[in-house]
Amino acid sequence: MNTTNKEAPSDIEELLPWHAAGTLSRRDTLRVEEALARDPELARRYALVREELGETILLNETLGAPSAHAMEKLFAKIDAEPLRKPAMSLNLGARVSGFFASLSPRTLAWSASAAAIAILLQAGLIASIVIKEKGVGGFETASAPSTDPGVGAFTIIRFAPQASSDDITKFLEANKLQIAAGPMSGGLYKVRVAVTGLPKGELARIVKQLQADKVVGFIATTE
Amino acid sequence: MQTTSDEALIARIAGGDRLAMQVLFARHHVRVYRFVLRLMRNDATAEDLISEVFLDIWRQAGKFEGRSAVSTWMLSIARFKALSALRRRPEQELDEETAEQIEDHSDDPEVALAKKDKAAVLRECLSKLSADHREIVDLVYYHEKSVEEVAGIVGIPEATVKTRMFYARKKLSELLKEQGIDRGWP
Repeated sequence: MNTTNKEAPSDIEELLPWHAAGTLSRRDTLRVEEALARDPELARRYALVREELGETILLNETLGAPSAHAMEKLFAKIDAEPLRKPAMSLNLGARVSGFFASLSPRTLAWSASAAAIAILLQAGLIASIVIKEKGVGGFETASAPSTDPGVGAFTIIRFAPQASSDDITKFLEANKLQIAAGPMSGGLYKVRVAVTGLPKGELARIVKQLQADKVVGFIATTE
Repeated sequence: MQTTSDEALIARIAGGDRLAMQVLFARHHVRVYRFVLRLMRNDATAEDLISEVFLDIWRQAGKFEGRSAVSTWMLSIARFKALSALRRRPEQELDEETAEQIEDHSDDPEVALAKKDKAAVLRECLSKLSADHREIVDLVYYHEKSVEEVAGIVGIPEATVKTRMFYARKKLSELLKEQGIDRGWP
């Protein structure tokens, strides 16, 4: 095959820019390399492509960069944005996989084992906290806050693996929180933050405040 | 040392993490700016647009599905913003810009001297390409985008990406020939 052939060479020749940039698939890379080894005219044209590549990079590099104000402008706009409701649904998987992707295999293995143990221990500890909270044989007046797990305003929380039962108890008491359900998949707990429904803004404010506590590994609003 | 992947940053941004936004901005803003600048040909407008682009990233991070690389997604947003801004640009401004371009390419002695340098002529000819051709050349050579990624950013079929790049290069050779440099191709 050579460049005088009207059939195949045009296909290969079209791929030369991507070959020079190193963005071809392995299969196409091999095809181009074989063609280049066989066809001196194609190899000459490839040299032209490499020349274009080099000068395009140089041209772009001489364009300079935006001023430092660009970032200031951006964050001024971000600050003016309404308070974000932490997204739970679509991106939880992506966030979790992104987090794990950033760990080395060894760290990951250790973290996975440690996290599994921590979640199991926490589950037991939190179960005891829940039993203690509900008490045995207690009574409730008609005017007392509802303990119906379906009523109120809720968040989903995963406690930090290093948080002890004492830490969690103190955290729940200090913030007047109740565990409504859990542990669910991923060591998550449904936690009631108010006995009545709250406006979204208010709930978001509470979530932001709770997020700052070292006991909290992850928190988001939920229905 | 491991760096956080762009995908992990986007996931954190979706959760409202400003630090992740700063990292992503620091990592990509220069390239995005240059891409926009090559389309807009105006520093101030390009700078304004990049804050718009990254604001969109902040807002839409939760919708990013990871079907393409983050950098490809960012360039798609940047392209859309730049084209929208170009459509809004008053006719008068476009005329002034065209006049500036014509003036830029005049053959004064200084330019004639520069033209003795083949590399400089090549860069000048790259700047003279049409917006479509300039865009595809930049995406392939500077932004290192694959055929599939360019197709996604520009919104054209992969076969068209290859032919457009081929014709952009062909046009470049013609421009070089006009400047007295015959590459023997096409």
